[in-house]
Amino acid sequence: MSHTDELYLGKTSYQVLGKRPVRHDGADKVTGKAVYAADVQLPNMAHGKIVRSPHAHARIKSIDVSEAVKIPGVFAVVTAADFPNLESRSEVMGEGGPVNLAHMAANCLAMGKVLYKGHPVAAVAAANVHLAEEAAAKIKVEYEVLPSVTWVLDAMKDDAPLLHEDLRTDSMGKKGDRPTNVALHLQFEKGNIAEGFQQADIVVEREFRTASVHQGYIEPHATVALWNEDNRLKIWASTQGAFNCRQQVAQLLQIPVSQCLVVPCEIGGGFGGKIAVYLEPVAALLSRKCGRPVKLVMQRNEVFEATGPTPGSFLRVKLGATKHGKLTAGEAWLAYDCGAFPGGVIAPGCMCVFSCYELPNARVDGFDVLDNKPKTQAYRAPGATQAAFACEQVIDELAEALGIDPLEFRLKNAASEGTRRVDGPVYPRVGLVECLHAAKNSDHWKSPLSGANRGRGIAAGFWFNIGLASSCSGSVHGDGIVTLVEGSTDIGGTRTSIAMQLAETLGIGAADVLPQVGDTDSVGFTFLTGGSRTTFATGLAAYKLGLDLQAQMQERAATIWECEPAAVEVKNGVYSRNGQSLTFKELAGKISELGLDPVVGRASVSPEGSTNAFGVHIADVEVDPETGKVTVLRYTAIQDAGKAVHPSYVEGQMQGGAVQGIGWALNEEYFFDRKDQMRNASFLDYRMPTCLDVPMIETIIVEVPNPSHPFGVRGVGETPIVAPPATIANAIHKATGVRMTVLPISPPALWKALSEKS
Amino acid sequence: MPVVFIPTPLRDITAGTAEVAVEGSTVRAVVDALEQRYPGIKTRLCRGDSLAPGLQVSIDHVMTTRGLRATVRPDSEVHFLPVIGGGKGVRCSGTQPLIE
Amino acid sequence: MSKKVHVTTSVNHEPVEFLCEPRQSLLEVLRDTLRLTGAKEGCNNGNCGACTVIFSGVPVNSCLVLAVEAEGATVETVEGLADHGHLHPIQKCFLEGAALQCGVCTPGFLVAAKALLDHNPDPTEHDIRFGLANNLCRCTGYDKIVKAVQAAARELQSLAK
Repeated sequence: MSHTDELYLGKTSYQVLGKRPVRHDGADKVTGKAVYAADVQLPNMAHGKIVRSPHAHARIKSIDVSEAVKIPGVFAVVTAADFPNLESRSEVMGEGGPVNLAHMAANCLAMGKVLYKGHPVAAVAAANVHLAEEAAAKIKVEYEVLPSVTWVLDAMKDDAPLLHEDLRTDSMGKKGDRPTNVALHLQFEKGNIAEGFQQADIVVEREFRTASVHQGYIEPHATVALWNEDNRLKIWASTQGAFNCRQQVAQLLQIPVSQCLVVPCEIGGGFGGKIAVYLEPVAALLSRKCGRPVKLVMQRNEVFEATGPTPGSFLRVKLGATKHGKLTAGEAWLAYDCGAFPGGVIAPGCMCVFSCYELPNARVDGFDVLDNKPKTQAYRAPGATQAAFACEQVIDELAEALGIDPLEFRLKNAASEGTRRVDGPVYPRVGLVECLHAAKNSDHWKSPLSGANRGRGIAAGFWFNIGLASSCSGSVHGDGIVTLVEGSTDIGGTRTSIAMQLAETLGIGAADVLPQVGDTDSVGFTFLTGGSRTTFATGLAAYKLGLDLQAQMQERAATIWECEPAAVEVKNGVYSRNGQSLTFKELAGKISELGLDPVVGRASVSPEGSTNAFGVHIADVEVDPETGKVTVLRYTAIQDAGKAVHPSYVEGQMQGGAVQGIGWALNEEYFFDRKDQMRNASFLDYRMPTCLDVPMIETIIVEVPNPSHPFGVRGVGETPIVAPPATIANAIHKATGVRMTVLPISPPALWKALSEKS
Repeated sequence: MPVVFIPTPLRDITAGTAEVAVEGSTVRAVVDALEQRYPGIKTRLCRGDSLAPGLQVSIDHVMTTRGLRATVRPDSEVHFLPVIGGGKGVRCSGTQPLIE
Repeated sequence: MSKKVHVTTSVNHEPVEFLCEPRQSLLEVLRDTLRLTGAKEGCNNGNCGACTVIFSGVPVNSCLVLAVEAEGATVETVEGLADHGHLHPIQKCFLEGAALQCGVCTPGFLVAAKALLDHNPDPTEHDIRFGLANNLCRCTGYDKIVKAVQAAARELQSLAK
């Protein structure tokens, strides 16, 4: 049945949820023992190095590896020719979206053409990383350099250099007839915008631009691949999803899925950027060729140049409102680049641009555009931040022009249960209004802000969040401890939030559950850690596992008390019948003592639909008119979490997303030179916030229960990055009167705008 | 009868009609019924025995992974939407379920 | 490959000897030769602090120190913070304050924070932010890290009494 089950139990108090236990993997993480992929060391391990294109766009004329293979200690060299022929399987489809295998393989090792500076062309495995670098330098590649393009609007022009000559614009199944860089044209329409704009007393239309930015995880991509003598391929990976990684590797190498075992190591950040594979198939090919395990680790410049930033974009947003501040119509035109291969994030951008508002008439056009940059990937609420940067500033302008407080304007028009989005679906119970009220009542909003060049901004943000498949299993031990094996790679502490939900269900303490993240052999299929799904969906699996374990415990108690299981009452982890009772621990001890069947449980779920998380951010900034530097004086993030399982980690998601958004607003960008090469591919010049750049990030967690989870949990991870650039831009406008429509609002850009104004 | 919201790019096939009520207890049946009334619409929504690449179906405002197999109630609302996270190519935010 | 150099040094208060090539960084030797993988490689050019160790009393990016420079020096890594199985107050405060999410920057922060508090036992918030500005974190937004260091400072001061 295609509707979400109403699972919310409506509990008003919890034993475990809402508390802040120390995370179960804590000791290992603070003592340096936690094993990340680059920490893995195996006997006879070789080290790999990738040869990359120095050009933004070129045809590969020849690759000569003869000098490299001569070097003692060099074990293998691979190129795209080592991949199986994937042309005939170029589109494997499923009920959820295709994967173009040929493109995926070409992004791992270029076929025929290089499409961005840093595009991998060959790879070498050697006795140590320095030798591998030496060998890589000896691989000679001949290129025919082609013209290139890195700005989305330029890439859409008729005379733009073309990346794929066979690409035609897809308009929901209708293909264009001309070669192009425009892969996709999306359209959404609701109501009648001509009439809607006629009803408006005021209309504001603005254009916006954003630069490519990177997720910026501190751990570079890393993998170790071992093609074993039993023909099984074992991969240790820094990945957001072991099963997702396995699927991609198996398909690229054309081997059965279970021939590949993926062990997800601890992962040093992902934010959407560690979903696509880059190194794993290449390391596997090298390992198969040389008969040794091969470790491949990216350098930081490779991460910037050759993994997946979020789109650079151009947006035009127009909104109309009555003089009383009621929105009547909206129109948006969005062009997002997707880099070297089709399949960017224009769709969620289009669906999110007006998602915070009740908008009776709207039209959105969106374009997915190729250019000579690395293929874009998801970056935390992909596409929504760009869209909010545009929409939230136009909202702010309308409010200002009408003399209405920006928070009140948003309250007047806020999306709520029953609001229909421009793409069609209607929201169930959601918490934007509650977040706006929390903002209004916050200490931050109520504190006056005074001083020259200071201003306060507010903005709203939304992300859908997903469910999808999760599995887990658990065993009850004789001392009452429950070990839990679940399949969600833990990027931010989720093994604890999942363990807490199991503990809550069983009526035991969080410390009485010992969670671990399983590999693809040892746990049931679990979709990746992303889409803000983990605490929700894997938590739901843990809840069902709890019910399974509890039922078995009931059966064992019934055996001990010689009665029917239904006669055993269970409440808060205590099993009782006729005046006799046993705690969970005591019962577990008895089961072990009496040699009854061990209690081993399992659950798998695949919840559909979205958990819909809204957030509102407030920022106070001070602008230095002499330098254009922006100081964030105070920042508050407010978000509806449904139910905060572990409030510290919910706060952490809100704070982390806010600071990423502040970096996106004020400094971060891919800077391309005239040859379309990235010139700032290091942490020195790709300027992410340090702790000196930001204040404390205050957080307010709102809890409007999600009907599709027993404890009301909503996903929380992505929404926090949506509002910040708009929040900061709105604050800068209040501080200076200048409306900054281009990201990043770096000091030179703001200084220039201030100079032009005065 | 279930109501299908016609995606904007397909409204030229339905002569501008944005919402169409058709019989069907599965998405497949609903698509076939649409094809009866608006020939040519099925090739835009499907490829072979699956939804077209990059499409997902939402029933009663809930995105489902079951595609053409998903069941539809007599009072259901059906939307055909892009898969969140991008169309072709490697899946992005992880909102696309894995392929078989 | 050039001839290896024999280095005698002290790591976490214990005498250590190793062989290394002149071109190897201290970070590489700590991780690959001594198997102390707590220090992480985030950028390999001194811009993220994930490789921070205390080198003869001074916090450094070990990716910018050649391994041969460790001759006669002392090196303290995250593996040396806990004492006979007991977490250092900084480690405890990070855990209790949820000052880590993915944890990859954590060893660098712990070592840098220890160096900071060794030199300045009563830092202001600004002192902490300035002192830790060499360490990048992408997950936490720094709020809980700063608060954990503040808590650790308080605890260390009360232990000193």
